[in-house]
Amino acid sequence: MARIIVVTSGKGGVGKTTTSAAIAMGLAKKGHKTAVIDFDVGLRNLDLIMGCERRVVYDFVNVINGEATLNQALIRDKNCNLLYILPASQTRDKDALSQEGVGKILDELKKDFKYIVCDSPAGIEKGAHLAMYFADDAFIVTNPEVSSVRDSDRMLGILSSKSRRAEQNEEPIREYLLLSRYAPDRVKLGEMLSVDDVQEILSLHLLGVIPESKSVLNASNSGMPVILDEKSDAGQAYADIVARYLGEERPHRFIDEKKGLFGMFFGGK
Amino acid sequence: MSIDAQKDTILEFKSSTFSVPVLVLVSNDMIAIEQQLKEKIHLAPEFFKNSPLVLDVQELNKNELDINVTKLIGTIRALGLLPIGIRKGSTEQNLQALKLGVPVHTSHHVTVVAPEQKQQPPQPAPAPVISESAVPAPTTMITHPVRSGQRIYAVGDLVILAQVSAGAEIMAEGNIHVYGSLRGRALAGVQGNTEARIFCSDLQAELISIAGNYKISEDLNGTVLHQPVQIYLQNHTLVIKDI
Ligand SMILES: Nc1ncnc2c1ncn2[C@@H]1O[C@H](COP(=O)(O)OP(=O)(O)O)[C@@H](O)[C@H]1O
Ligand SMILES: [Mg+2]
Repeated sequence: MARIIVVTSGKGGVGKTTTSAAIAMGLAKKGHKTAVIDFDVGLRNLDLIMGCERRVVYDFVNVINGEATLNQALIRDKNCNLLYILPASQTRDKDALSQEGVGKILDELKKDFKYIVCDSPAGIEKGAHLAMYFADDAFIVTNPEVSSVRDSDRMLGILSSKSRRAEQNEEPIREYLLLSRYAPDRVKLGEMLSVDDVQEILSLHLLGVIPESKSVLNASNSGMPVILDEKSDAGQAYADIVARYLGEERPHRFIDEKKGLFGMFFGGK
Repeated sequence: MSIDAQKDTILEFKSSTFSVPVLVLVSNDMIAIEQQLKEKIHLAPEFFKNSPLVLDVQELNKNELDINVTKLIGTIRALGLLPIGIRKGSTEQNLQALKLGVPVHTSHHVTVVAPEQKQQPPQPAPAPVISESAVPAPTTMITHPVRSGQRIYAVGDLVILAQVSAGAEIMAEGNIHVYGSLRGRALAGVQGNTEARIFCSDLQAELISIAGNYKISEDLNGTVLHQPVQIYLQNHTLVIKDI
């Protein structure tokens, strides 16, 4: 059975698109045919992060309006032939998406794909609502700060009452926490919430911690999802997350401060 | 596999008991009724939205206060409530209700028995049976976290087996129990029950209130914060005691 994953948060700029690109690539690299959809109509930046912006001909809205077929609009990734991108439209506004239209497209994708990753826009308005409505799993991307955690909590409330699964009284959406842009040194200084703080407020299953990392910016500048940068900390964090989501047990990393060479020799524990 | 419409039964009548709010009227002043209903609905819009309702006009008829049932049902429907029955009405009132598709409930227990092998379902569908003993309101049990932005209203007691997030609001006409962190707003006895209490295993609330007497988080001192406590009213003052 295909599974629809929504990557959502409530708040903007927390790393949803970065995460969508990384986990979609990670799932495809593990051999699962995966589609990633940009729900951020009007902004469109998933295709930039995936490095396929010059190959966009048709988009999500064209397919909903029947101006193009799904096959015409899906872009095959240049690094992995099991990964496809459905880009957002740059020229329309959010009202171009309808629940019925989105439902139809997802139904069609489910016939052919194992995982469908929905990159949600910020906010709790229509675009975010449509991105989460049909989801089976939700990846809640949160930064370790109070306003981001609060917005995530709000989004969790919406998932548990306004989603298709909630409305039809089905088994609820499975919710996972992805704590992103985590900087242990700043946690230590009290400038950021710790993993435990966030866990206590949200009481949610932690799928992984993604460190604040320069590799994310480098990756997006070169149009390659950061998970392909296997040496980078953020890339490894996303690889762990994909593995855990697929059922592998991996210890959590990137929670404690980096020791550095000096620490490794003299720091002990 | 084919369904033989002549042989296979595809429907069934069952008897079951429902608990439904009963609107007991003591005045026939339509304007006041509408006004007070609006106020109640405003307290818990989600709870009352499309809520079924049985009208009880016993008090009115006892005091010979006549009421125009057609108008009354119209008013109630306009407020988004769904009257599904009238009880203790006069013959004329019952007829008015029936004309608007609102069934009449007689004072003794009514049981709808499944008719034998009926060819067509009756129109309209049989009315649900209203339990006469719906008086002690049921306990509402919530097993999942109540998140920021969510509101819960319970007619009786409210039991929550998870946390209540900051920015969430839980309300009950009876007691509130929270077996988890209480970080949001908790209002017990919202219809004026001063005997109502709040129990929680970890107090961090933004607001606590019993029958309209409230405290905000700033009023909570360090000795009760993060503690398992019960909260009750004593001489119009909220008392917070650890348990
Ligand atoms: N782990 C990270 N470390 C450093 N920068 C990050 C990280 N994750 C995201 N960013 C940066 O944060 C910004 C917002 O990320 P993006 O994925 O577009 O967020 P969203 O889709 O939630 O708005 C981008 O500039 C991105 O490069
Ligand atoms: Mg984005």
